[in-house]
Amino acid sequence: MPESVDINVHHITRVEGHGNIVVKANDGTIKKVEWQVPEAPRFFEAMVRGRSFMDIQTIASRICGICSVTHSLAAIKAIESAMGIQVSEQTDRVRRLLQHSEQLESHSLHVGYLVAPDLLGVPSVVPLVSSHPDVVKTVIRIHRLGNEWMELIGGRMTHPVSIRPGGFGMLPTEDDLRGLRERLEGIVPDLKTLAEVVASLAGELPDFERETEYIALVNPPEYALYHGEIGSTDTNRTVPVDQFESVVNEYVSPQSTSKWTRWHRDSFAVGALARFNLNAEYLTPLAAETAKTLGLQKGCCNPYMNSVAQVVEAVQAVEDGIQLCDELLEAGIEPEKPQVEPRAGEGAGCVEAPRGILFHRYAFDENGLCTSANICIPTGQNHGNIQHDFEALVPQVLPSGQEETERLLKMLVRAYDPCISCSTHYLDVRFE
Amino acid sequence: MSKPKVAIFDFACCEGCQLQIVNLEEELLDLISVVQPVTWREAMSEKDDDYDIALIEGSITRPEDEERLRAIRDRADILVALGACATIGGVNKLKNNFELDEVKRCVYGDAADMPHLDTAMTKGADEVVEVDCYVHGCPMDKKEFTHIVKSLALGKEPVIPDYPVCVECKQRGTICRYEYGEICLGVVTRAGCNAPCPSGGLWCFGCRGYAPEPNVQAARDVMEEYDLTVEDLQSKLKLFNSKQEPTNA
Repeated sequence: MPESVDINVHHITRVEGHGNIVVKANDGTIKKVEWQVPEAPRFFEAMVRGRSFMDIQTIASRICGICSVTHSLAAIKAIESAMGIQVSEQTDRVRRLLQHSEQLESHSLHVGYLVAPDLLGVPSVVPLVSSHPDVVKTVIRIHRLGNEWMELIGGRMTHPVSIRPGGFGMLPTEDDLRGLRERLEGIVPDLKTLAEVVASLAGELPDFERETEYIALVNPPEYALYHGEIGSTDTNRTVPVDQFESVVNEYVSPQSTSKWTRWHRDSFAVGALARFNLNAEYLTPLAAETAKTLGLQKGCCNPYMNSVAQVVEAVQAVEDGIQLCDELLEAGIEPEKPQVEPRAGEGAGCVEAPRGILFHRYAFDENGLCTSANICIPTGQNHGNIQHDFEALVPQVLPSGQEETERLLKMLVRAYDPCISCSTHYLDVRFE
Repeated sequence: MSKPKVAIFDFACCEGCQLQIVNLEEELLDLISVVQPVTWREAMSEKDDDYDIALIEGSITRPEDEERLRAIRDRADILVALGACATIGGVNKLKNNFELDEVKRCVYGDAADMPHLDTAMTKGADEVVEVDCYVHGCPMDKKEFTHIVKSLALGKEPVIPDYPVCVECKQRGTICRYEYGEICLGVVTRAGCNAPCPSGGLWCFGCRGYAPEPNVQAARDVMEEYDLTVEDLQSKLKLFNSKQEPTNA
C-alpha cells in the first residue's frame, strides 16, 4: 500500500546533543529524507589560539563531557608530537588504563540507559527501575565502576586533571591498582549478565544491512585504541595519524551544511562496530566469547549492531584493564615529574574515543602558545553515513507506516551513539 | 504536597553536567523521590512544558537561544544555572577574547560570510534572564547538585561556600601548587568542589568563578612570594572567567 508520511523529529531524545529527523513521502514517493544537526556552535579551534600548551588539555576536554578522557588524550598526544616529547612506558600504560575506564563508562551508559528503553519498548530508563530492577542495578554497578575507575586514574569523574604533557601529575599507588584490579575481576559476572540480557533482546534490533566502509585505528596484534595507524575495511593500506586529513576529507554538504567526511566512498562509519570489523581477531578471550554469544561477526554491516559491539568492548575494556594493572604492578609504580620545555612545532594526535576515531592537531610557537588547531570528531565522521543509512532504510520500512518508520530512524541515530555537541564544536547550522 | 516538577535544558556545552546527574546512579532514584523529572531530552523521551524548576546547562551563544531561555524563564518558578557554561560562561567565553568575525573566518575560511554561520557573544544564563540559584563548577559537583535540588524542593536556602578553594586544599592536606612553581587560581576561586584538581595533579583553573569577596591582596602577596606577576594570574583567569566584552573588537 503506498504510504504517505510526514516525520519531523525536532531534537531527538536520548542522544547527546541536538539532532533532527525529517522524512516526507507522498503515496509511497519519497520527497525528503534528512538527518539534520542544529547544535549551537562553540568554535573551539578558534578559542584555543594564544593559550599555553599546558592549558590545551583543559580546554579540549570541554568539547565533550562523555568523551573528556579521549579528547584529553588526543590533545596531549598531539602536543607531545608537536614538541618531540617521548613518554615512559609507565605513562603509556596508565593512559591506556584510563582510556578503558571511559570505554566502560560510556558504553554502559549508552547501552544501559539510552538504547535499552528502545529494546524494551519504554520511553526512558525510569519505568525500567520498577519493571526490570535487576537489569537496572546491573547497569548501575557497571557504570559506577567505569566512573570510579576514571576518578581513580584521572583525578576526577569527567574532565580528567592528572594527564599532562610528558606524563602524569598524579599517579595511582600500587594499592590503588590492586584495589582496582579486584573490582575489575568483580564486575565480570555483571558484564556476563548484561551480555545475556542484550542477547535475549537482540531480536528487537532491526535486520538492516548496508555495505559500508569502516574506519578505525589498527595496530596488529592488538585491539587498537591508543596506538596505531588509520585502517579501513576498503583497503589494506594504512595511513599514519599525521596524515589524517587525507583520510577524513572534510567537506560541506549542500544538504545539511554540517561538515561531513568521505574516503573511498560517499561516507564511512567509525565507532565500536568499525573497530570490531577491523580488529575483531585481537579481542581478549572473554570479549571474543561475548561477541559469539551476541552473534556479532566480523564484516557485519548492520549499523544497529554498533550497540552490541559496545557490549563486547565493555568486556574488552575490563579484561585489558586487568592486564594493564598486572603489568603496572609487576614493574612497580615509579614517581613521575613531567617537565616540558616548550618548543615551536606542529603535531597530530589520535585515539579511539568510545564513538570512534578522534583526531586533534595543534601548532605552537616557540613559547608554547597555540597558533592553530584542527579537531575531527567521530560523530562528525558518522553524520554522512547516518544520512546514507536513512536513504537506504526509509524505502524498506515505509510500508510499515509513519510511527514505525520514525521509531526505526530514531533507533538508528541512537545506535551510532552520536555525540552531537562534539561534532558541532564549531558548526552553526540553521534550517528552514 | 505534590513533588515539584523539574525540567532540564541544555544550550552550548559539553553536557558533562547532565552526565553528573546520571553519575548519581542509585542516588538519582532518591532524588526523584522528592522531585519529578518531566523533561530531560538527553535521558527521556517524555516531554512536558508544565514545570516548577528549570535546570539550565550551557552558555547562550545565539539570539534564538536567548529567546528559548526567556520562554523557559517565563514557565519556571525557579531557574537554576548548572555548571560553569551557564553560571559564568565558562570556556565558551574564550571566544569573546577575539573579534567575532575573525573567529568565524578562522573556522570557516571563505564560507564565513554565509548568513547561517552567524554567532553572537557568549553569555552566561544570568546575562539573559534572572537566575535564582547557581550550581558552580566544570563539571558541577554531583553532591552539591543533590544538596541544592533537595533544598529547593523543600523550600530551604541551599548552603554554597563563599570561601576560596585554598581552604579545601588545606583541609585535604594537598601540597600547594605554588610549591611546584605553578599558578593556581584557588586563591580567588569559590570553594565547594573539595579541590579535586590540585590534589589530582593540576592547578585550580577557576571553573567555579570568583569567591564572593576574593582576597585580592592575599593573591598579590602570593604572586610576589613566588616571583610571579598579577598578569600571569589574569591570563590564567581568562580560561573560565573571560568577560562579556571582546578585548580587541
